[in-house]
Amino acid sequence: MPLTKKEVFERYFLELRCKLLDAAAILDRIRRAPGDDEQLRNDPRIGQLRRALEVLASERTNYAEEIQLIFSRPYDPDWQQKFDLSATNP
Amino acid sequence: MYYIDPHNHMVSRVTDDYERLARAGCVAVSEPAFWAGFDRGSAESFRDYFRHLTEFEPKRAAQYGIKHYCWVCINAKEAENVSLAREVIAILPEFLDRPNCLGVGEIGLNKNTRNEAIIFLEQVDLAARHNELILVHTPHLEDKYQGTRMILDMLRGDSRIRPEKVLIDHVEEHTIRYALEEGYWVGMTLYPVTKCTPQRAADMVEMYGTERIMVNSAGDWGPSNPLAVTDFIHEMRMRGHSEETIRKIVYENPLAFFSQCPRWQFESPLAATA
Repeated sequence: MPLTKKEVFERYFLELRCKLLDAAAILDRIRRAPGDDEQLRNDPRIGQLRRALEVLASERTNYAEEIQLIFSRPYDPDWQQKFDLSATNP
Repeated sequence: MYYIDPHNHMVSRVTDDYERLARAGCVAVSEPAFWAGFDRGSAESFRDYFRHLTEFEPKRAAQYGIKHYCWVCINAKEAENVSLAREVIAILPEFLDRPNCLGVGEIGLNKNTRNEAIIFLEQVDLAARHNELILVHTPHLEDKYQGTRMILDMLRGDSRIRPEKVLIDHVEEHTIRYALEEGYWVGMTLYPVTKCTPQRAADMVEMYGTERIMVNSAGDWGPSNPLAVTDFIHEMRMRGHSEETIRKIVYENPLAFFSQCPRWQFESPLAATA
């Protein structure tokens, strides 16, 4: 029989707390390290991390999929025309 | 519990791993052809690799009672070199009818380039002409979503391809739905940092059900655990899922997919103990 909501919460609460603390400690480690703050501010991955944290802090039904998409390059439905694959027969 | 690992690069592993797999309940592995960690210099180098997969590795596995099957192809990373890739594709038919060969794989995309797409399509064509199963590698990390959608576009564009004969591998939360909705088999790879944890794999089973879903270790020469499927089994048990449900994912589903290949000759240990 699958676990209830309460059972799942109890089972994974400490693991979730641990992972959030890990994320916090990594951000602290980056902040503490010597080097140029400006360089990091311009790194697009910092923006991705911020957006992922915003998703976690909001009410959602599918956190994992939404965060995966934040870290993904976009899909262009017209990619085959742009690649012109018709001209590539061996 | 007996299980089948549908994706495990045993050429990269030591013989002790076969013993550990056997002790853990693994009765068969399927090994797709992949990148060696460096770009090979000639098609002959691939020929030797395919001989390794079809001649040596099945014997090494058999010492531990494990059936070894494989797939042959030029992988996505080396497909960037189109001329070399075409030389490799030309020798694939020599190996497709070897007794332990299940089909063409793992073909796919890596950085989603034009050259990779060209070679992917040529290998899909080869598989279609030979009526072979296909095992598809989807890209890593930020390239996965885009690459998976591109791969599905290309497969959909070939009317000879039947989705039930294709396994889309390394699916995650943002790609699994697309592959399942179009009727493909999917594989979830248990790499904790770069792909999927056993816990997240169990989550996806809870969200999408057990039809056409498998889990694999994709054990290779990098950080990976060739016994990772047993971690998934454990997680499912801890959540209260039945042995029947777990067995469907780790044993019956791979068996059903592979059984479409006429060279899949497998005597079920379950039948032997019944």
